[in-house]
Amino acid sequence: MNVVVMLKQVPDTETKIRITADKSGIEKGDIKWIINPYDEYAIEEGLKIKEGLKAGTVTVVTMGPDRCVEALRTAIAMGADNAIHIKEATEASDPFVIAQALSAAIKKENPEIVLCGKQAIDDDGSAVSGYVAELLNIPSVSVVVKIAIGPDKKDAKAEREVEGGAKHVVHCPLPALFAVNKGINTPRYASLPGIMKAKKKEIKTYSLQDLGVTAAATMTEAGYELPPERKAGKKIAGDTATQATELARLLREEAKVI
Amino acid sequence: MIGFELSEEQLSLKEMVRKFVQNDVIPVAAKFDASHEFPHDLIKKAWENGLMNGCVPEKFGGLGLGVLEDVILNEEMGAGCLGITTSVAVNNLALYPILLGGTDEQIKEFVVPFLNEPKLASFCLTEPNSGSDAGSLTTHAKEDGDHYVINGSKMWITNAGHASLYTVFATVNKDLKSKGIVCLVVPRDAKGISVGKHEDKLGQCASDTRAISFENVRVPKSHLIGSVGGGFKIALRTLDHTRPPIASGAVGAARAAMEHSIRYSKERKQFNQPIANFQGIQFMLADMATNIEAGRLLCYQAASAIDKGDEKKGGYYSALAKRFSADMAMQVAIDAVQIFGGYGYTREYPVEKIMRDVKLVQIYEGTSQIQRVVIARHLLQD
Repeated sequence: MNVVVMLKQVPDTETKIRITADKSGIEKGDIKWIINPYDEYAIEEGLKIKEGLKAGTVTVVTMGPDRCVEALRTAIAMGADNAIHIKEATEASDPFVIAQALSAAIKKENPEIVLCGKQAIDDDGSAVSGYVAELLNIPSVSVVVKIAIGPDKKDAKAEREVEGGAKHVVHCPLPALFAVNKGINTPRYASLPGIMKAKKKEIKTYSLQDLGVTAAATMTEAGYELPPERKAGKKIAGDTATQATELARLLREEAKVI
Repeated sequence: MIGFELSEEQLSLKEMVRKFVQNDVIPVAAKFDASHEFPHDLIKKAWENGLMNGCVPEKFGGLGLGVLEDVILNEEMGAGCLGITTSVAVNNLALYPILLGGTDEQIKEFVVPFLNEPKLASFCLTEPNSGSDAGSLTTHAKEDGDHYVINGSKMWITNAGHASLYTVFATVNKDLKSKGIVCLVVPRDAKGISVGKHEDKLGQCASDTRAISFENVRVPKSHLIGSVGGGFKIALRTLDHTRPPIASGAVGAARAAMEHSIRYSKERKQFNQPIANFQGIQFMLADMATNIEAGRLLCYQAASAIDKGDEKKGGYYSALAKRFSADMAMQVAIDAVQIFGGYGYTREYPVEKIMRDVKLVQIYEGTSQIQRVVIARHLLQD
């Protein structure tokens, strides 16, 4: 059983995001980059599937500039067997272009299972997984919290989380794509022996041309804006009865919550 | 040009250990400090992730990490809990004598098993009446056919209660002083070993510290590491290798104390403003940062010299790093408690623990005074 895990390198959640002066993007100089946390669950799930079946390989794939190799090495250090880097000088933001490149690279690996996180925590787009499944012409199951491979490895059952704690169980043939949610597992560390091995591992590199991706972006980024500064709080003066009356009035007339 | 940048692997290693410390060490540090329990599960997890025995060379199946990697690892661990750091790091201290002085066969027999399961080893040098004057040790190793028979006692032995193997320094003839010292590998299950109670310490409560006594303990001569009389040299060379990581553990603890201080001084308000606005606090923070950076660089310098095989310079730099980092971390921790004021003196806040923990770094693996002796000897030699 071959598993391909798509991953994305995103800014660390603790990074303070600053928008560039022309508002066309974010300042990337000081950013610490990490593997998208949802994709870490996908890597762990891929490794668990391989370990459970005691066969197959786990290949990780990402698209982006050279710094993304670091994310691939981390995945190898966690236990992935192979890594593919789709190199690009400028970072594409159009999920359809990205999906074309990823699906072209994934096709070459002929996997039974494609995994990824249900969304990337930078732009929360949740678009690429659906596009990739469509381009590969395979089922796509999202927000997955459990995957059970059938005994003959021809199908799988996936549990999805639904609003209110309900479980939605989906059955589909393989190959299929599963976009996983938090809670599916606890990702392991990239161990020290893993880190030492990862440095020697060769990473397969493609350009967009290599993969025959010519599609132009259907979307472009028009701009970024930070949320408005929070306004200072309001202090209500007076005796208790006056304060209560004023609070009720403000909640009704200004905040419009009652 | 001098490069201070870490390699990609060293940065990954640092990142990995930092994550481990965030997720697995910091949440339980206060608990183990209070309970004085031994963190068995955590040590197992550290071992599973390759954080122990890193010094074993690749040709024996180890990671073959250098002292510099150990320094990086220990700074991160030290930022989480120095007691747990000590428990995890002591295997290197106990195994280095075998790696530095032993034959390939001895390494395979005694060291390699530590790569296959999460076992612990202890380094047994100090005695009730022999601390800084390590050459005056009296534990006796008597030749008896193809065996040595060991009698005597050891003090402050880390992990003694949980170790499966001891590297014991003993003398074949006290009159020979340091030239009579041997290094012997003693399995825990050898007859005649008794291990004392877990010492009730001021800090580093998650590390296990005990006395051990040896009564007619017989080990085969094949357990002798190096030559008769070569034991003292092996002990000193071992300490040269482990002092930089011990020092960087203190750097990590100091860093944690500084980070707590920065956060707290921005939140704590007095005279209608955060106390971070006051120059008195700012100067303390600035001094912390300067000294921490200096300590780290001394550790890197010592580790680099040893990794390059320059043991003479390495020994000297190790003493500089250990002396400075231990004393520096103590001062940083004391200042951190001062910044936290009354709150800092309570166990509700993490800085008093750091203060208790780093005190030990001024004492173990060579006191700050002994480091100065080593440094001065280097300066005054002809």
